[in-house]
Amino acid sequence: MTETVSVPGPALPPDDASPLLELTGLVKHFPVRGKGVGRRTVGAVRAVDGIDLTVHAGESVGLVGESGCGKSTTGRLITRLLEPTAGSIKYQGKDIAHASRRELAPIRSEIQMIFQDPYSSLNPRQTVGAIVASPMEINKIDPPGGRKKRVQELLETVGLNPEHYNRFPHEFSGGQRQRIGIARSLALEPKIIVADEPVSALDVSIQAQVVNLLQGLQRDLGIAFVFIAHDLAVVRHFSERVAVMYLGKIVEVADRVSIYTSARHPYTHTLLAAVPELDPDVAANRTRVRIVGDAPSPIAPPSGCRFRTRCPKAQDLCAEVEPTLDLAPDLIAGHRVACHFPGTAAETAEASERIAAKDGGKGAVDVVQSPELI
Amino acid sequence: MKSSDPLAKADSTAADAAPAGDKPRSSFLSVRDLHVRFTTLDGIVKAVDGLSFDLERGSTLGIVGESGSGKSVSSLAILGLHNPKKTVIGGEIHFDGVELTKASENEMNKLRGRRIAMIFQDALAALSPFYSVGEQIAETYRRHMGASRKEARQRAIDMLGRVGIPNPERRVDDYPHHFSGGMRQRAMIAIALACNPDLLIADEPTTALDVTVQSQILDLLGDLQSEFGTAIIFITHDLGVIAQTADDVLVMYAGRCVEKGTVREVLRDARHPYSWGLLSSVPDLGGDVDIPLRPVRGTPPSLLSPPPGCPFHPRCDYVARVGDDACKTSRPTLTLADGRGSACHLTADEKAEIFATEVRPLLR
Ligand SMILES: Nc1ncnc2c1ncn2[C@@H]1O[C@H](COP(=O)(O)OP(=O)(O)OP(=O)(O)O)[C@@H](O)[C@H]1O
Ligand SMILES: Nc1ncnc2c1ncn2[C@@H]1O[C@H](COP(=O)(O)OP(=O)(O)O)[C@@H](O)[C@H]1O
Ligand code: SF4
Ligand code: SF4
Ligand SMILES: [Mg+2]
Ligand SMILES: [Mg+2]
Repeated sequence: MTETVSVPGPALPPDDASPLLELTGLVKHFPVRGKGVGRRTVGAVRAVDGIDLTVHAGESVGLVGESGCGKSTTGRLITRLLEPTAGSIKYQGKDIAHASRRELAPIRSEIQMIFQDPYSSLNPRQTVGAIVASPMEINKIDPPGGRKKRVQELLETVGLNPEHYNRFPHEFSGGQRQRIGIARSLALEPKIIVADEPVSALDVSIQAQVVNLLQGLQRDLGIAFVFIAHDLAVVRHFSERVAVMYLGKIVEVADRVSIYTSARHPYTHTLLAAVPELDPDVAANRTRVRIVGDAPSPIAPPSGCRFRTRCPKAQDLCAEVEPTLDLAPDLIAGHRVACHFPGTAAETAEASERIAAKDGGKGAVDVVQSPELI
Repeated sequence: MKSSDPLAKADSTAADAAPAGDKPRSSFLSVRDLHVRFTTLDGIVKAVDGLSFDLERGSTLGIVGESGSGKSVSSLAILGLHNPKKTVIGGEIHFDGVELTKASENEMNKLRGRRIAMIFQDALAALSPFYSVGEQIAETYRRHMGASRKEARQRAIDMLGRVGIPNPERRVDDYPHHFSGGMRQRAMIAIALACNPDLLIADEPTTALDVTVQSQILDLLGDLQSEFGTAIIFITHDLGVIAQTADDVLVMYAGRCVEKGTVREVLRDARHPYSWGLLSSVPDLGGDVDIPLRPVRGTPPSLLSPPPGCPFHPRCDYVARVGDDACKTSRPTLTLADGRGSACHLTADEKAEIFATEVRPLLR
């Protein structure tokens, strides 16, 4: 492997440095239509419901949370594959939230996306060369030395043989296809890449090849990443900062050391406690926070704090007032939590055990069931 | 599933070196020298190539291995679900005294869903969209247990409640598309468990799910196993899931078992280069982020024309260490001592030394 690299340290960029990307109050609602004639709008899926997030140049920010919490939608808003319902997306200080196709053209090349599914995201009828060259084609860019030479360089960068130029995607394994997708995203020298579950569909033994490759790109080319994943261990390995999402909101954000060692939000504790432990002895003795029920529907999220229907620490206040994403003053700078009663993982585990004991081991938090999703 | 006391564990599924044709021992499930071959247009695919293992009641065997290594094909063979026209099955499968490879279709139909049940990775594909979840549970129960409609409906409600679906009386009439992914997976588990099977085969039951739903389902399977003493085969490529559920572990590569041992032996003291590759390629929540992941290089082998000698040799870093081109020409055999062993030409001392000096430091 050429891309055996060490991970950049957890140092945070200085607060005054102006961010590469800044999301403020970002909202995306998808209308839900009724069944009858005219298909009237009867409600909205509140997929992303007011999030703030910054990404600095060269930084990798991880985005984690349960499926359906709005991670991919956030990624598609950043790359402007979707237009937000409200809020702003500032890229290098310029708001691109509602930019027109023409206004977006010069920026498109700088903000790229890598998709989860290495099988369906590549056109089966195009050669590898045509696939990787397509962004240059679309944007009418002619690199010095020609497109073919550039494509061959890119194939080499991602660890593929430049001779693969004339082959078709079906001749490659999942890991190799993901590399082709990565080569394509690099064609225009992006400043930021949104990687939506780039390794989830790959075998564990191949996942590491791709993670190491992305890490090398971040280090050597200074590309910033928004790294979406549900594997918290992979995110911890790759991202210096991590944002935890729940039902369209960011509930906690911190540097990776803090998020994994001193998280303050009960949902973050729950997520971390759910990660299977690799060491069988630790696995046998670990205190578990048993999470109950499914996430509520994003069509009708609970009042107040959205996590309250599953939170072992919920109080009356949680149903009445929505907590805001505030700085946690006793913690490392930049650590923000949206909870009325932030605390340690041990406190969340205790609360969860108290409830379980009352309920004969089942866990008693009342669960609002998701009504049929559309 | 694991007892919470790490010392209380017994080597319950240990399979000793049992060459093909050996008299089957009295294990609850005993698979001997299983071969599964498919005839395809391109040639013969040796999907499973000489697999042996034993499993006792109340314990869990974890099977790990990359995509295409033969995990699902092996379990479908136990269930007798391969198309006999296109498949050649060799070897023996003894289940509680019955030889399954020789059982009639009628006998298999009686066992499937009743004494042997399976949970598939893709719940949506496994559930019928045309029947309510409750009808699908009740149908299995009526067919096998001869229960009345009313009893079967009650059973469906009980099972949904047991797998953690709230308001089961109301949800029993819902269709699969009304359920979220995690709920569908639980509904499928409810069907699988409706007749209290003695053997449950779970093929990547949580791979498509979030960690939170996954942890609910692992808890659920563990609870049910301790209540009913079910034997479980748990197929996954997630080593964390293995650590949490399995008593014994079998590592598959290219249709063969390359390493077998207790969960502690395989995860903490592995003896095969492919297992080492698996262990050092997954990041751990407690690991050092400054240590780069060490992937298994190269790509999985073709089963149409597997590499000669050791099928792992094109990706293995220790071929030179073995020397004399042995890895490229002679196939290493799996010899077990006390249920543990690995199919690799390195000597026992070399394996122990390489693990201690080169692999262990990469792990936490
Ligand atoms: N019906 C079939 N005809 C021909 N080849 C088959 C058939 N079913 C499976 N195979 C091949 O057998 C091999 C083993 O497949 P199997 O489904 O057991 O893999 P697996 O270990 O379960 O992988 P995964 O982790 O992807 O589920 C693969 O090479 C597969 O392509
Ligand atoms: N085009 C769409 N129309 C309607 N609902 C959508 C659309 N895209 C996403 N959603 C819904 O928005 C929510 C968030 O989706 P998504 O961002 O894909 O979640 P994640 O990536 O976190 O799993 C889900 O409830 C999903 O069903
Ligand atoms: S605000 Fe209340 S319900 Fe929400 S996470 Fe905090 S304690 Fe739990
Ligand atoms: S037999 Fe040779 S090629 Fe196979 S795993 Fe052992 S050292 Fe590697
Ligand atoms: Mg997604
Ligand atoms: Mg499979």
